[in-house]
Amino acid sequence: MIDIEKEAARVAEQGESAPRLARDPVNLPMINNWLEAIGDQHPGYTEVAPPAMVQVWTMGGLHGQRALDDPLGAMMKILDEAGFTSVVATNSDQTYHRYLKIGEHVSVTSTLEDVTGPKKTALGEGWFVTTRSTWYVGDEAVAEMRFRVLKFRPAEKQEPKPEPRQAQAIRPSINRDTEYFWEGCRNQELRIQRCGGCGLLRHPPGPMCPECGATKPKYLVSDGRGVVYSYVVHHHPQVPGKQTPFVIALVELDEGVRMLGELDGEPSIGLPVEVVFTKVDDELTMPSWRPRADR
Amino acid sequence: MRIGDSLPEWHVEATPTFVISTAIATRDFQDVHHDRDLAVKRGSKDIFINILTTTGLVQRYVTDWAGPEALVRQVNIRLGAPCYAYDTLKFFGQVIEREDQNLTIEVVGRTGHGDHVTGIVKIEVMA
Repeated sequence: MIDIEKEAARVAEQGESAPRLARDPVNLPMINNWLEAIGDQHPGYTEVAPPAMVQVWTMGGLHGQRALDDPLGAMMKILDEAGFTSVVATNSDQTYHRYLKIGEHVSVTSTLEDVTGPKKTALGEGWFVTTRSTWYVGDEAVAEMRFRVLKFRPAEKQEPKPEPRQAQAIRPSINRDTEYFWEGCRNQELRIQRCGGCGLLRHPPGPMCPECGATKPKYLVSDGRGVVYSYVVHHHPQVPGKQTPFVIALVELDEGVRMLGELDGEPSIGLPVEVVFTKVDDELTMPSWRPRADR
Repeated sequence: MRIGDSLPEWHVEATPTFVISTAIATRDFQDVHHDRDLAVKRGSKDIFINILTTTGLVQRYVTDWAGPEALVRQVNIRLGAPCYAYDTLKFFGQVIEREDQNLTIEVVGRTGHGDHVTGIVKIEVMA
Protein backbone atom coordinates (compact mmCIF):
# COMPACT_ATOMS: atom_id res chain seq x y z
CA MET A 1 0.00 0.00 0.00
CA ILE A 2 1.48 3.30 -1.08
CA ASP A 3 1.10 6.20 1.35
CA ILE A 4 0.28 8.87 -1.22
CA GLU A 5 0.35 11.78 1.21
CA LYS A 6 3.79 10.77 2.45
CA GLU A 7 5.08 10.40 -1.10
CA ALA A 8 3.57 13.77 -2.00
CA ALA A 9 5.32 15.39 0.96
CA ARG A 10 8.60 13.88 -0.22
CA VAL A 11 8.10 15.30 -3.75
CA ALA A 12 7.04 18.70 -2.38
CA GLU A 13 10.14 18.81 -0.18
CA GLN A 14 12.34 18.70 -3.27
CA GLY A 15 11.08 22.20 -4.01
CA GLU A 16 11.51 23.97 -7.31
CA SER A 17 12.74 21.89 -10.21
CA ALA A 18 15.84 23.01 -12.10
CA PRO A 19 15.07 25.59 -14.82
CA ARG A 20 14.31 24.00 -18.18
CA LEU A 21 15.19 26.21 -21.14
CA ALA A 22 12.73 26.59 -24.03
CA ARG A 23 13.82 25.00 -27.30
CA ASP A 24 13.65 28.34 -29.08
CA PRO A 25 13.69 31.97 -28.05
CA VAL A 26 10.37 33.80 -28.44
CA ASN A 27 10.09 34.12 -32.22
CA LEU A 28 7.79 35.45 -34.92
CA PRO A 29 7.33 32.26 -36.98
CA MET A 30 5.94 30.35 -33.98
CA ILE A 31 3.78 33.34 -33.03
CA ASN A 32 2.40 33.52 -36.56
CA ASN A 33 1.67 29.78 -36.64
CA TRP A 34 -0.21 30.18 -33.37
CA LEU A 35 -2.17 33.24 -34.56
CA GLU A 36 -3.04 31.48 -37.80
CA ALA A 37 -4.29 28.32 -36.07
CA ILE A 38 -6.25 30.19 -33.36
CA GLY A 39 -7.55 32.59 -36.01
CA ASP A 40 -6.45 35.61 -33.97
CA GLN A 41 -6.03 38.75 -36.10
CA HIS A 42 -4.76 40.89 -33.23
CA PRO A 43 -2.31 43.33 -34.93
CA GLY A 44 -0.12 43.81 -31.86
CA TYR A 45 1.91 40.62 -31.92
CA THR A 46 4.79 41.73 -34.12
CA GLU A 47 7.28 42.50 -31.33
CA VAL A 48 5.70 40.72 -28.39
CA ALA A 49 4.08 37.31 -28.07
CA PRO A 50 0.44 36.62 -27.14
CA PRO A 51 0.55 36.07 -23.37
CA ALA A 52 -1.45 32.83 -23.65
CA MET A 53 1.50 31.40 -25.62
CA VAL A 54 3.74 31.36 -22.54
CA GLN A 55 3.40 27.62 -22.01
CA VAL A 56 3.99 26.94 -25.72
CA TRP A 57 7.61 28.10 -25.51
CA THR A 58 8.54 25.41 -23.01
CA MET A 59 6.47 22.50 -24.30
CA GLY A 60 8.43 19.27 -24.49
CA GLY A 61 7.78 18.79 -28.19
CA LEU A 62 7.25 15.67 -30.24
CA HIS A 63 9.71 13.49 -28.34
CA GLY A 64 9.56 15.27 -25.01
CA GLN A 65 10.55 13.49 -21.81
CA ARG A 66 9.77 14.84 -18.38
CA ALA A 67 12.84 15.90 -16.39
CA LEU A 68 13.61 13.61 -13.46
CA ASP A 69 13.00 16.42 -10.97
CA ASP A 70 9.68 17.41 -12.52
CA PRO A 71 7.20 17.20 -9.61
CA LEU A 72 4.13 16.58 -11.79
CA GLY A 73 5.89 13.69 -13.52
CA ALA A 74 6.97 12.27 -10.15
CA MET A 75 3.45 12.54 -8.73
CA MET A 76 1.92 10.94 -11.84
CA LYS A 77 4.25 7.99 -11.46
CA ILE A 78 3.37 7.52 -7.79
CA LEU A 79 -0.37 7.66 -8.53
CA ASP A 80 -0.01 5.33 -11.51
CA GLU A 81 1.58 2.78 -9.20
CA ALA A 82 -1.25 3.26 -6.69
CA GLY A 83 -3.75 2.37 -9.43
CA PHE A 84 -4.90 5.89 -10.32
CA THR A 85 -3.96 5.46 -13.94
CA SER A 86 -6.05 8.05 -15.81
CA VAL A 87 -5.54 11.78 -15.87
CA VAL A 88 -7.58 14.82 -16.76
CA ALA A 89 -6.66 18.49 -16.38
CA THR A 90 -9.16 20.53 -14.37
CA ASN A 91 -7.68 24.02 -13.88
CA SER A 92 -5.14 26.29 -15.48
CA ASP A 93 -4.62 29.69 -13.89
CA GLN A 94 -2.05 31.78 -15.73
CA THR A 95 -0.75 35.14 -14.59
CA TYR A 96 1.34 37.23 -16.95
CA HIS A 97 3.64 39.74 -15.24
CA ARG A 98 4.59 41.24 -18.58
CA TYR A 99 4.50 40.51 -22.30
CA LEU A 100 7.44 38.56 -23.75
CA LYS A 101 9.52 40.23 -26.43
CA ILE A 102 10.82 38.52 -29.52
CA GLY A 103 14.31 37.20 -28.88
CA GLU A 104 13.81 36.59 -25.15
CA HIS A 105 14.62 33.05 -24.10
CA VAL A 106 12.44 31.72 -21.31
CA SER A 107 12.98 28.83 -18.94
CA VAL A 108 10.47 27.19 -16.63
CA THR A 109 10.54 25.69 -13.17
CA SER A 110 7.89 23.74 -11.35
CA THR A 111 6.96 22.97 -7.75
CA LEU A 112 4.37 20.68 -6.23
CA GLU A 113 1.86 22.86 -4.43
CA ASP A 114 -0.82 20.48 -3.23
CA VAL A 115 -2.06 16.89 -3.42
CA THR A 116 -5.60 16.25 -2.18
CA GLY A 117 -7.53 13.03 -2.05
CA PRO A 118 -8.84 10.50 -2.37
CA LYS A 119 -11.94 12.20 -3.73
CA LYS A 120 -14.95 10.58 -5.31
CA THR A 121 -15.65 12.22 -8.67
CA ALA A 122 -17.92 11.53 -11.61
CA LEU A 123 -14.95 9.98 -13.41
CA GLY A 124 -13.94 7.75 -10.52
CA GLU A 125 -11.96 8.01 -7.31
CA GLY A 126 -8.88 10.14 -7.62
CA TRP A 127 -6.40 12.70 -6.36
CA PHE A 128 -6.12 16.36 -7.31
CA VAL A 129 -2.53 17.35 -7.96
CA THR A 130 -1.68 21.05 -8.14
CA THR A 131 1.64 22.36 -9.40
CA ARG A 132 2.97 25.86 -9.82
CA SER A 133 5.15 26.70 -12.80
CA THR A 134 7.15 29.89 -13.10
CA TRP A 135 8.63 31.22 -16.34
CA TYR A 136 11.80 33.24 -16.14
CA VAL A 137 13.82 35.45 -18.45
CA GLY A 138 17.17 35.34 -16.73
CA ASP A 139 16.29 35.81 -13.06
CA GLU A 140 13.09 37.72 -13.72
CA ALA A 141 9.83 35.84 -13.21
CA VAL A 142 7.66 36.79 -16.20
CA ALA A 143 4.67 34.48 -15.84
CA GLU A 144 3.17 31.90 -13.50
CA MET A 145 0.72 29.08 -13.76
CA ARG A 146 -1.21 27.06 -11.22
CA PHE A 147 -2.13 23.82 -12.92
CA ARG A 148 -4.39 21.15 -11.46
CA VAL A 149 -5.03 17.66 -12.72
CA LEU A 150 -7.26 14.87 -11.47
CA LYS A 151 -5.44 11.56 -11.47
CA PHE A 152 -8.13 8.92 -11.14
CA ARG A 153 -8.99 5.26 -11.19
CA PRO A 154 -11.54 4.96 -13.99
CA ALA A 155 -14.94 3.99 -12.62
CA GLU A 156 -15.95 0.43 -13.49
CA LYS A 157 -17.81 0.42 -16.75
CA GLN A 158 -21.48 0.47 -15.84
CA GLU A 159 -23.42 -2.53 -17.02
CA PRO A 160 -26.08 -1.30 -19.39
CA LYS A 161 -29.01 -0.51 -17.16
CA PRO A 162 -31.91 -2.92 -17.50
CA GLU A 163 -34.90 -1.36 -19.17
CA PRO A 164 -36.99 0.24 -16.47
CA ARG A 165 -39.97 -1.94 -15.71
CA GLN A 166 -43.09 -0.70 -17.38
CA ALA A 167 -44.24 1.40 -14.48
CA GLN A 168 -47.75 2.66 -13.96
CA ALA A 169 -48.43 6.01 -15.51
CA ILE A 170 -48.60 8.88 -13.03
CA ARG A 171 -52.23 9.62 -12.24
CA PRO A 172 -53.60 13.09 -11.80
CA SER A 173 -54.74 14.01 -8.34
CA ILE A 174 -58.43 14.68 -8.67
CA ASN A 175 -60.27 16.87 -6.21
CA ARG A 176 -63.53 18.79 -5.99
CA ASP A 177 -62.14 21.63 -8.09
CA THR A 178 -60.92 19.38 -10.89
CA GLU A 179 -63.38 16.49 -10.86
CA TYR A 180 -65.56 18.06 -13.62
CA PHE A 181 -62.53 18.14 -15.96
CA TRP A 182 -61.72 14.43 -15.61
CA GLU A 183 -65.36 13.52 -15.78
CA GLY A 184 -65.44 15.40 -19.08
CA CYS A 185 -62.46 13.44 -20.39
CA ARG A 186 -64.25 10.19 -19.58
CA ASN A 187 -67.13 11.49 -21.72
CA GLN A 188 -64.82 12.66 -24.52
CA GLU A 189 -65.40 16.29 -23.60
CA LEU A 190 -62.69 18.86 -23.07
CA ARG A 191 -64.17 21.11 -20.41
CA ILE A 192 -63.00 24.61 -19.63
CA GLN A 193 -63.88 26.21 -16.34
CA ARG A 194 -66.18 29.19 -16.68
CA CYS A 195 -66.91 31.64 -13.92
CA GLY A 196 -70.52 31.51 -12.79
CA GLY A 197 -70.28 35.21 -11.91
CA CYS A 198 -68.58 37.00 -14.77
CA GLY A 199 -68.19 34.26 -17.36
CA LEU A 200 -64.38 34.36 -17.49
CA LEU A 201 -62.87 31.20 -18.97
CA ARG A 202 -59.94 29.81 -17.02
CA HIS A 203 -57.58 26.86 -16.90
CA PRO A 204 -56.19 25.18 -14.83
CA PRO A 205 -59.25 24.95 -12.62
CA GLY A 206 -59.51 26.70 -9.28
CA PRO A 207 -62.16 27.43 -6.69
CA MET A 208 -62.36 31.18 -7.18
CA CYS A 209 -62.49 33.51 -10.18
CA PRO A 210 -59.34 35.64 -10.27
CA GLU A 211 -61.33 38.40 -11.97
CA CYS A 212 -64.53 38.82 -9.96
CA GLY A 213 -63.93 36.61 -6.95
CA ALA A 214 -67.03 34.48 -7.48
CA THR A 215 -66.89 30.92 -6.16
CA LYS A 216 -69.47 29.40 -8.48
CA PRO A 217 -67.41 27.73 -11.17
CA LYS A 218 -69.23 26.23 -14.12
CA TYR A 219 -67.78 24.93 -17.35
CA LEU A 220 -68.27 24.88 -21.06
CA VAL A 221 -67.20 22.22 -23.53
CA SER A 222 -64.36 23.24 -25.80
CA ASP A 223 -64.17 22.40 -29.48
CA GLY A 224 -60.84 20.83 -28.59
CA ARG A 225 -58.95 22.75 -31.23
CA GLY A 226 -56.07 25.16 -30.88
CA VAL A 227 -52.48 25.90 -31.79
CA VAL A 228 -49.20 25.08 -30.07
CA TYR A 229 -48.18 28.12 -28.03
CA SER A 230 -45.02 26.54 -26.62
CA TYR A 231 -43.59 23.10 -25.98
CA VAL A 232 -40.76 21.08 -24.43
CA VAL A 233 -39.23 17.83 -25.61
CA HIS A 234 -38.61 15.81 -22.47
CA HIS A 235 -35.50 13.59 -22.61
CA HIS A 236 -34.54 13.17 -18.98
CA PRO A 237 -35.27 12.03 -16.34
CA GLN A 238 -37.35 8.93 -17.02
CA VAL A 239 -41.04 9.33 -16.25
CA PRO A 240 -43.02 6.30 -15.06
CA GLY A 241 -45.14 4.85 -17.82
CA LYS A 242 -43.51 7.01 -20.51
CA GLN A 243 -40.99 6.38 -23.25
CA THR A 244 -38.56 9.29 -23.59
CA PRO A 245 -38.33 11.54 -25.48
CA PHE A 246 -41.86 12.85 -25.48
CA VAL A 247 -43.37 16.24 -26.19
CA ILE A 248 -45.41 18.31 -23.76
CA ALA A 249 -47.20 21.14 -25.55
CA LEU A 250 -48.90 24.23 -24.18
CA VAL A 251 -51.85 24.66 -26.50
CA GLU A 252 -53.78 27.87 -26.89
CA LEU A 253 -57.36 26.76 -27.46
CA ASP A 254 -59.63 28.58 -29.88
CA GLU A 255 -61.65 29.62 -26.81
CA GLY A 256 -58.60 31.55 -25.56
CA VAL A 257 -57.26 29.54 -22.61
CA ARG A 258 -54.01 27.56 -22.63
CA MET A 259 -53.79 23.93 -21.66
CA LEU A 260 -50.90 21.50 -21.23
CA GLY A 261 -50.82 18.02 -22.66
CA GLU A 262 -48.69 15.49 -24.46
CA LEU A 263 -48.36 16.04 -28.20
CA ASP A 264 -48.10 13.04 -30.47
CA GLY A 265 -46.21 14.42 -33.46
CA GLU A 266 -43.44 16.76 -34.55
CA PRO A 267 -43.85 19.93 -32.48
CA SER A 268 -43.62 23.48 -33.76
CA ILE A 269 -44.92 26.81 -32.51
CA GLY A 270 -48.25 27.64 -34.12
CA LEU A 271 -48.96 24.04 -35.14
CA PRO A 272 -52.75 23.50 -35.35
CA VAL A 273 -53.74 20.64 -33.05
CA GLU A 274 -56.83 18.90 -31.76
CA VAL A 275 -57.57 16.95 -28.64
CA VAL A 276 -57.51 13.15 -28.47
CA PHE A 277 -58.83 11.15 -25.52
CA THR A 278 -57.02 8.01 -24.45
CA LYS A 279 -58.75 5.72 -21.98
CA VAL A 280 -56.32 4.47 -19.33
CA ASP A 281 -58.93 2.58 -17.28
CA ASP A 282 -62.53 3.02 -16.17
CA GLU A 283 -61.56 5.83 -13.82
CA LEU A 284 -59.14 7.75 -15.99
CA THR A 285 -59.11 9.09 -19.54
CA MET A 286 -56.19 11.37 -20.51
CA PRO A 287 -56.49 14.19 -23.01
CA SER A 288 -53.56 14.80 -25.35
CA TRP A 289 -52.89 16.60 -28.64
CA ARG A 290 -52.31 15.59 -32.21
CA PRO A 291 -51.63 17.69 -35.30
CA ARG A 292 -54.85 18.56 -37.11
CA ALA A 293 -55.48 16.83 -40.43
CA ASP A 294 -57.12 19.96 -41.92
CA ARG A 295 -54.19 22.28 -41.22
CA MET B 1 -16.81 48.84 -20.72
CA ARG B 2 -18.83 48.70 -17.56
CA ILE B 3 -19.78 46.06 -15.07
CA GLY B 4 -22.58 44.00 -16.60
CA ASP B 5 -21.56 44.64 -20.21
CA SER B 6 -21.85 41.47 -22.27
CA LEU B 7 -19.37 40.33 -24.88
CA PRO B 8 -20.90 39.36 -28.22
CA GLU B 9 -21.54 35.63 -28.47
CA TRP B 10 -18.80 33.93 -30.49
CA HIS B 11 -18.92 30.51 -32.16
CA VAL B 12 -15.88 28.41 -32.98
CA GLU B 13 -16.35 25.46 -35.31
CA ALA B 14 -14.00 22.81 -33.96
CA THR B 15 -13.27 21.06 -37.24
CA PRO B 16 -10.66 18.27 -37.19
CA THR B 17 -8.33 20.67 -39.03
CA PHE B 18 -8.85 23.26 -36.30
CA VAL B 19 -8.24 20.76 -33.48
CA ILE B 20 -5.06 19.46 -35.10
CA SER B 21 -3.58 22.72 -36.34
CA THR B 22 -4.02 24.39 -32.95
CA ALA B 23 -2.57 21.39 -31.11
CA ILE B 24 0.51 21.49 -33.33
CA ALA B 25 0.79 25.30 -33.14
CA THR B 26 0.82 24.99 -29.34
CA ARG B 27 3.43 22.19 -29.61
CA ASP B 28 1.12 19.67 -27.97
CA PHE B 29 1.72 16.31 -29.63
CA GLN B 30 -0.50 14.16 -27.38
CA ASP B 31 -2.13 11.68 -29.72
CA VAL B 32 -5.67 12.43 -28.46
CA HIS B 33 -5.39 15.82 -30.18
CA HIS B 34 -4.54 14.54 -33.67
CA ASP B 35 -5.14 10.79 -34.02
CA ARG B 36 -8.79 9.78 -33.91
CA ASP B 37 -8.14 6.02 -33.84
CA LEU B 38 -6.00 6.35 -30.72
CA ALA B 39 -8.36 8.88 -29.15
CA VAL B 40 -11.26 6.46 -29.57
CA LYS B 41 -9.17 3.60 -28.24
CA ARG B 42 -8.51 5.65 -25.11
CA GLY B 43 -12.22 6.07 -24.56
CA SER B 44 -12.84 9.44 -26.21
CA LYS B 45 -15.53 10.09 -28.77
CA ASP B 46 -13.07 11.78 -31.12
CA ILE B 47 -9.98 13.97 -31.03
CA PHE B 48 -10.48 17.02 -28.84
CA ILE B 49 -9.07 20.51 -28.30
CA ASN B 50 -6.03 20.80 -26.01
CA ILE B 51 -5.86 23.10 -22.99
CA LEU B 52 -3.32 25.53 -24.45
CA THR B 53 -5.74 26.15 -27.31
CA THR B 54 -8.66 26.68 -24.94
CA THR B 55 -6.52 29.24 -23.11
CA GLY B 56 -5.70 30.90 -26.42
CA LEU B 57 -9.34 31.01 -27.50
CA VAL B 58 -10.40 32.55 -24.20
CA GLN B 59 -7.70 35.19 -24.58
CA ARG B 60 -8.72 35.89 -28.17
CA TYR B 61 -12.41 36.15 -27.27
CA VAL B 62 -11.60 38.87 -24.76
CA THR B 63 -9.07 40.81 -26.86
CA ASP B 64 -11.31 40.68 -29.95
CA TRP B 65 -13.86 42.51 -27.83
CA ALA B 66 -11.56 44.75 -25.78
CA GLY B 67 -9.35 45.75 -28.71
CA PRO B 68 -5.63 45.38 -29.31
CA GLU B 69 -4.67 48.07 -26.78
CA ALA B 70 -5.93 45.96 -23.89
CA LEU B 71 -3.26 44.08 -21.95
CA VAL B 72 -4.01 40.56 -20.74
CA ARG B 73 -2.87 40.03 -17.16
CA GLN B 74 -4.49 36.76 -16.15
CA VAL B 75 -6.39 33.83 -17.67
CA ASN B 76 -7.87 31.47 -15.06
CA ILE B 77 -9.87 28.60 -16.47
CA ARG B 78 -11.67 25.55 -15.19
CA LEU B 79 -12.06 22.73 -17.67
CA GLY B 80 -15.20 20.69 -18.08
CA ALA B 81 -16.54 18.65 -20.97
CA PRO B 82 -14.04 18.05 -23.78
CA CYS B 83 -14.56 19.98 -27.01
CA TYR B 84 -14.50 17.28 -29.66
CA ALA B 85 -13.96 17.56 -33.38
CA TYR B 86 -17.20 18.66 -35.08
CA ASP B 87 -18.45 20.41 -31.94
CA THR B 88 -19.44 24.06 -32.04
CA LEU B 89 -17.85 25.88 -29.14
CA LYS B 90 -19.97 28.89 -28.11
CA PHE B 91 -18.42 31.63 -26.04
CA PHE B 92 -20.27 33.99 -23.74
CA GLY B 93 -18.75 36.69 -21.55
CA GLN B 94 -19.55 39.52 -19.21
CA VAL B 95 -17.66 42.22 -17.33
CA ILE B 96 -17.99 41.36 -13.64
CA GLU B 97 -15.50 43.74 -12.01
CA ARG B 98 -13.90 47.02 -12.87
CA GLU B 99 -11.39 48.98 -10.86
CA ASP B 100 -9.97 51.95 -12.76
CA GLN B 101 -8.32 50.44 -15.83
CA ASN B 102 -8.49 46.85 -14.56
CA LEU B 103 -11.39 44.71 -15.75
CA THR B 104 -12.39 41.19 -14.87
CA ILE B 105 -14.36 39.35 -17.52
CA GLU B 106 -16.18 36.13 -16.86
CA VAL B 107 -16.08 33.74 -19.81
CA VAL B 108 -17.96 30.52 -20.55
CA GLY B 109 -17.28 28.27 -23.54
CA ARG B 110 -20.02 25.71 -24.11
CA THR B 111 -20.61 22.80 -26.46
CA GLY B 112 -23.63 20.54 -26.84
CA HIS B 113 -22.14 18.34 -24.09
CA GLY B 114 -22.00 21.13 -21.53
CA ASP B 115 -19.53 23.70 -20.30
CA HIS B 116 -16.14 23.11 -21.87
CA VAL B 117 -14.48 26.00 -20.10
CA THR B 118 -15.47 28.52 -17.46
CA GLY B 119 -13.20 31.16 -16.08
CA ILE B 120 -12.13 34.73 -15.76
CA VAL B 121 -9.78 36.95 -17.71
CA LYS B 122 -8.19 40.02 -16.18
CA ILE B 123 -7.20 42.80 -18.52
CA GLU B 124 -5.90 46.32 -18.27
CA VAL B 125 -7.31 48.88 -20.67
CA MET B 126 -6.06 52.30 -21.76
CA ALA B 127 -7.14 55.22 -19.59
